[in-house]
Amino acid sequence: MEIPENVKKRLSIPAEEHFFAGHTACQGCGASLGIRYVLKAYGRKTIFVIPACCSTIIAGPWPYTALDANLFHTAFETTGAVISGIEAALKARGIKVKGEDGVMVVGWAGDGGTADIGLQALSGFLERGHDAVYIMYDNEAYMNTGIQRSSSTPYGAWTTNTPGGKRHFLEKRHKKKVIDIVIAHEVPYAATASVAFPEDFIRKLKKARKIPGPSFIQLFSPCPTGWRSPTDKSIEIARLAVQTAYFPLFEYENGKYKINMPSPKKEPKPIEEFLKLQGRFKYMTKEDIENLQSWVLREWEKLKKLAEVFG
Amino acid sequence: MPIRTVMKANEAAAWAAKLAKPKVIAAFPITPSTLVPEKISEFVANGELDAEFIKVESEHSAISACVGASAAGVRTFTATASQGLALMHEVLFIAAGMRLPIVMAIGNRSLSAPINIWNDWQDSISERDTGWLQFYAENNQEALDLILIAYKVAEDERVLLPAMVGFDAFILTHTVEPVEIPDQELVDEFLGEYEPKHAYVDPKRPITQGTLAFPAHYMEARYTVWEANENARKVIDEAFAEFEKKFGRKYQKIEEYRTDDAEIIFVTMGSLAGTVKEYVDHLREKGIKVGAAKLTVYRPFPIEEVRALAKKAKVLALLEKNVTFSVGGALFQDFSRALINEKEKPIIIDYILGLGGRDVTFQNLDEALAIAQKALNGEEFEEVNWIGLRKEIL
Repeated sequence: MEIPENVKKRLSIPAEEHFFAGHTACQGCGASLGIRYVLKAYGRKTIFVIPACCSTIIAGPWPYTALDANLFHTAFETTGAVISGIEAALKARGIKVKGEDGVMVVGWAGDGGTADIGLQALSGFLERGHDAVYIMYDNEAYMNTGIQRSSSTPYGAWTTNTPGGKRHFLEKRHKKKVIDIVIAHEVPYAATASVAFPEDFIRKLKKARKIPGPSFIQLFSPCPTGWRSPTDKSIEIARLAVQTAYFPLFEYENGKYKINMPSPKKEPKPIEEFLKLQGRFKYMTKEDIENLQSWVLREWEKLKKLAEVFG
Repeated sequence: MPIRTVMKANEAAAWAAKLAKPKVIAAFPITPSTLVPEKISEFVANGELDAEFIKVESEHSAISACVGASAAGVRTFTATASQGLALMHEVLFIAAGMRLPIVMAIGNRSLSAPINIWNDWQDSISERDTGWLQFYAENNQEALDLILIAYKVAEDERVLLPAMVGFDAFILTHTVEPVEIPDQELVDEFLGEYEPKHAYVDPKRPITQGTLAFPAHYMEARYTVWEANENARKVIDEAFAEFEKKFGRKYQKIEEYRTDDAEIIFVTMGSLAGTVKEYVDHLREKGIKVGAAKLTVYRPFPIEEVRALAKKAKVLALLEKNVTFSVGGALFQDFSRALINEKEKPIIIDYILGLGGRDVTFQNLDEALAIAQKALNGEEFEEVNWIGLRKEIL
C-alpha cells in the first residue's frame, strides 16, 4: 500500500524500505526487524557486513538477496576486522564515510559473533577508532547452530547445551556485559536498544551516524525459536525485558551515561513477567528466579549510579 | 633510473609494496616478517606511500581487513609467516573464493611445536589448497620482483586470485644482498591502477558478496577458482615476459641449471636453489652428470614444465623443507601427479631436509646424491629420506 506523502512526513520511522519480503527469517524474528530498521535509518548507502550467523540465512542464498544495500558475508569472528578494512578502503578511495551524507559501514553480528568468537576483532575495531557502526543483535544464544548457550545467555536459561536434566544443568553464569567491555574502550558512542522500541533504536542509529569514530549498539532481539516463546509475543517480551530492567535502554556518549528506559524513578516490574512468556526459563526454580532478580536489580542500581555520577 | 643498493629481503618486500602503491595495508608483527610492515609504516609516515595502514590485533584480522578492503575496491598488501599464516587459514579460502587479488609476503618459517622461528616452507606449503597463487624467491631481488609480478597476475581479469610470495626466514629475510629497485614509472606502467570490475562494494551499486550457496551452486563457484588457477598458467608466462622486457630480469616457472645432459636433477625452491646450484658446479667438476631445477611458481603447479623437466633426467631428486606426514614432501605428491600417467618417467626420490632452520650442507647433499646414485644403478632405495637427522639424539 502506498503511503500518502503527507502521512509519510509525520511518521516517526522512515517509510522507505530496503529490506524486502522473501527473506528467510523465522516468524517473530527480532533480528529481521533489526535489519529493516537499520536500513530505514541509513538507506541504500549502507554496506552491511554479516558474519556466519542467522542473518547469513535471513538475507537469502545465492542468487537472491532481501537487502537493497551492499551486503558482505564474512567469517564468524571477523566482523570488526572486515568493517575496519572496508572503512579504510572507502577512505582511501576518497569516499565519505559516516556523517549525514556519508556511506554507512555496518557490522551486524549476533551475540556469539560479538561477545564470544568475535570479541577480539571487535576490540581491535573499537580501539583503532574506525568510522563504522557495530550492531550486536542479541538473541542470547547461538541460534543459527541450534540454540547453544553463548556468554550472553542469561542465568537460568535452557539451551541445547544447558539442557536442565536431573542435575539441573541450566545456564549458571549471568549474561556477559558486552557493552561495559565496549565502553571500557572509551568509544564515542555506545547504546543499548530494543526491537520493541523502534523509534528509540532509529534515533540511536542516527546519532551513531553523526558521531565520528566507532559506535556500538547492542540490540535486544527476541528469538521465538530459541526462546521457546510464541511468535506473536516477541515485541511484548522485548518490552518486558526493558520494563523489568533486565535489559535497560541507555546511551553512553563521550563519557556520559543516560538512561532512556525504564524510568530510574520507578520500581522495575518483577523479572517473572519477562520470564513467564518464554519456555527457555520454565525449568528455573524459585531460588533461580530470586538469584536472577537480585542480579538484575544490582546491575540496574549500578547503571543508575553511573547515570547519576557521569550523567 | 633504477637504484642499485643493498637490503634485506624484508626491506625488498616493503619496497615492492611501496612501488605497487597499495591503498590499504593491514599487518601484525611476527618473526621473521615484522620488518616488512615496519618499513612500510615508515614509508607511510614519511609520506612516501599514500595508504591507510591498519595496525590490526592479529593476523586473522590482518587478512580479514585486507579481504574487506580488497572487496571495497583497492589494492591491498600484508605480510606474515608461520603461526600467523596458519591463523589466517580460514580467511585465505575466503579471499580466493571471493576472487580478491590480495598480495602477501611470507617469510617462510617453520610451525610449532616445538617453537622454532627459523626457515622451512611448512607455513605456505600448508596453504597450498586455499586457491592462492604461490611464488618462491631464491634471493632478495626475486622477493622484490615476484611481489610486483604477483600483483600483475593476481589482478588480471582472467585470474583474480590472491597471491603469496615466499622467501626464506633469516636466510633471506634478515640477510643483506644487492638489490635493484626498479623505476617507479616503469612499475606504474607494468601494473597500472587497480580498477576492479568484477565485484566490490560500491554504495552506488549494491551487491551481495560471499553469500550462502546451496549444493546446487557451490561446486560451480569452487570450479571458477580451479579455472582461474588454470588461466594463471598463461598469465604468469605473459607477466614474466613483460617483466623481462621492462626490467631485464628473466623469470620462469621452473628455472633449470646445467640440466642438459644430467642424469640426476635436484629440484628445489627458495634460497636452497643457490646452494644446490653451487653443489651442481662442484659435482660437475668431478664429472658427475647432475643438474638443478628451481620452482619459482608452486601454485598453479607447473605440470607441463615438470613433464618437460622429467624428460631430461633419469632421477629427479626433490629437496623439500616441508612434510606431509605419512606421505613425504608436498613436492613429491605434486611431481607424482604430474608424471604418474607419463609413458616414460624418471625415478622420483624425495628428501626432507633443512627443517626449522637447519643448514643444508654439501655433506647433506652428498647423502642425497648417494641415494640417487643407488637408484640410478638399479639398486633398492628409500622413496622418502630425512636428510641430516641427528640420530644420536633421537
